[in-house]
Amino acid sequence: MSGSMAFLLWIKGPMFNIALAIFAIGLFARFAEIFLLGRKPNYAEPRAGEWLPGFKTMFTRSIADPGTFQRASFNVVVGWVWHLGFLIALLLFVPHVELMKGLFGIVWPALPNPVVDLITAITLIALVATLVHRLTHPVKQRISTFDDYLVWTVVFLVVLTGYLAYHRLVNPYPIALGMHILMAEIFLIILPFTKLTHIFTAFIARWYNGAAFGRKGVAS
Amino acid sequence: MIDRKTPNKTLGESLRDHGLSRRGFLKFCAATASMMALPPGMVPVIAAALEQARRPSVIWLSFQECTGCTESLTRSHAPALEDLILNLISLDYHHTLQAAAGDAAEDARLQAMEANTGQYLVIVDGSIPGPDSNPGFSTVAGRSNYEILMETVEHAAAVIAVGTCAAFGGLPQASPNPTGAMSVMDLVKDKPVINVSGCPPIPMVITGVLAHYLTFGRLPELDAYHRPLAFYGQSIHDRCYRRPFYDKGKFAETFDDEGAKLGWCLYRLGCKGPSTYNACATMRWNGGVSWPIESGHPCLGCSEPSFWDAGSFYQPLSVPLTATSGDLLTAAVGGAVVGAGVATLANKQIKTAVANRQPVTVEELEEKL
Amino acid sequence: MSGLDPISVIIESNVSCAGMPQDCGNALPILHEIRHALERLISTGEETRIDLNAMPFGPGDLDCLKALLGTGEVHATVEAMGLTLIQETAIPGVWLVDYQNSDARRLTLQIEIASVPEILRPQPLDLAEAINTLDGRLTQSASNRHHSS
Repeated sequence: MSGSMAFLLWIKGPMFNIALAIFAIGLFARFAEIFLLGRKPNYAEPRAGEWLPGFKTMFTRSIADPGTFQRASFNVVVGWVWHLGFLIALLLFVPHVELMKGLFGIVWPALPNPVVDLITAITLIALVATLVHRLTHPVKQRISTFDDYLVWTVVFLVVLTGYLAYHRLVNPYPIALGMHILMAEIFLIILPFTKLTHIFTAFIARWYNGAAFGRKGVAS
Repeated sequence: MIDRKTPNKTLGESLRDHGLSRRGFLKFCAATASMMALPPGMVPVIAAALEQARRPSVIWLSFQECTGCTESLTRSHAPALEDLILNLISLDYHHTLQAAAGDAAEDARLQAMEANTGQYLVIVDGSIPGPDSNPGFSTVAGRSNYEILMETVEHAAAVIAVGTCAAFGGLPQASPNPTGAMSVMDLVKDKPVINVSGCPPIPMVITGVLAHYLTFGRLPELDAYHRPLAFYGQSIHDRCYRRPFYDKGKFAETFDDEGAKLGWCLYRLGCKGPSTYNACATMRWNGGVSWPIESGHPCLGCSEPSFWDAGSFYQPLSVPLTATSGDLLTAAVGGAVVGAGVATLANKQIKTAVANRQPVTVEELEEKL
Repeated sequence: MSGLDPISVIIESNVSCAGMPQDCGNALPILHEIRHALERLISTGEETRIDLNAMPFGPGDLDCLKALLGTGEVHATVEAMGLTLIQETAIPGVWLVDYQNSDARRLTLQIEIASVPEILRPQPLDLAEAINTLDGRLTQSASNRHHSS
């Protein structure tokens, strides 16, 4: 018996549990490690508080400084476009909001599907552009590792399968939806063990930076 | 004794015996085309084929079922048409409908099988306790369902599994499947099997499949689940009149909010339309009066395998089946413990390294270089 | 009249089923299909039939389509295996053909784009027998007259 429904049910059932478990165990192991290892105690007398500048830096660092923008405007613009697109598709698409509601019981408003559709298409194009850039830019080419290509592939496939499933371009639909959820599960599984951890650690690192500068009484 | 051999009259002849004029026949063909979900352009082909078609013998076997499928068929809305189709087959055995009982009933089945060997159709409704199950779970005339199915199917032309139980196991197969229920296609491997799934299937679809076999003398084109593509080729979602609302992102949030009253999309209320393949959206129910979504209820996905085990009927399709925030929290705590352990270990190593550190002289370093 | 009457019904919203039929927007594509079919009928004489039973219509869509097509001059009824009602629409060449069974229930509703709907024309096999039928009647009436004189 051909089991496209069996596949979908497995992906939505046991496989989702496995992925979620690996994600949570891996991520929180890393968190515990990061926080418990901490930083060396600083015995110098603080010149100012560290909490406020820490939190401020978590957000201000999202905007590239003019120098960086001039040196790598492609990275900044395209990076912003696809990160935002990915976040909007992830958090503001009706089925995803329903998923969060089912898991955590929290609901927030969603965007109309055609808007998310357009944003997803833009995200896909931006992602392809980042790959082309990575493959052609002489420096990026040299500093790219297996990890970079793996993460790009998984992120791209998550978005692509979602787009295909929404437009029902793969038949039967349970396969299309199952492939999308499977890719999202792979995303969750590799997240704690690749540079995808930056989704969370970027903000921790920024806080440390901002806090350290704040303590010294300088702006970061 | 009744002659159970297939009568030699063609369908065209027996329809004219029913007093049907040529215009009536044309109309019959137009309605049949509509029933078979074929484009009206096919009417001349259907007319030509029906002229030549012959009346097949049909044996209907009921196993672990609720008779809902038979109810669906016999209480269907277009009796004139369905009657005609049913009159055009020779229904030689059907528990619920036949007058005969006991040995006479079973004899009718055996006679029909013998007289039409290799040519009769078997319709099955209900799932079958598998060969490894206790044969006593479901019996007819003291014999297990499995035994009767295999015996009847052996010399059949084809098997039509009517209803989700026969097609995919259905309710009897739902977890924990106490009777070891199996579908027809799990058991019958050497005969063509057509699945007409649904709980129950649309009556027009049941007769439509029969009409197709009758008209063209062969089985219709099937999908990966052995379902006729004419009826199961498109998802409920793709044929849903509420689809424009899905595309516009307009959803009913509860069963009685303004969105529900305005007839917006039922996705958020758990509609399984996107993953369900059936003809409800166009053929509708009760004589075309309405169908579940038009009546304001999300599609349950009754024509798909494992639909009883596919999560809540009222949870959207995107919600995982078993994972909860509690599981996530447990895993997170577990992860934190692992991380804490690793960090403690690392801290200890650093401390021992610091404690055991020996001063190094410049000479020693130069030696190493 | 029925036992259900004592139950009071409160209509909360004008847009519920009790209100006027709403247009779900599914009729428009059919009109475009009809337009293409008319072009084919005019240029090549090719006829087209569209089965409205197979359309994913919501409540109000069919009424909307019928209203848009309007009502023409011709209205015909065929009595064969129940009634078939044929109605010309306000668009020449576009017919609504409603096939009903003997209980006056709809079997299928089709739009036919043709000069004359197929079911109104004499069927070719009937036409082939037409002269024989007429001859039979002529002979009959001749012999009748012969007998009476």
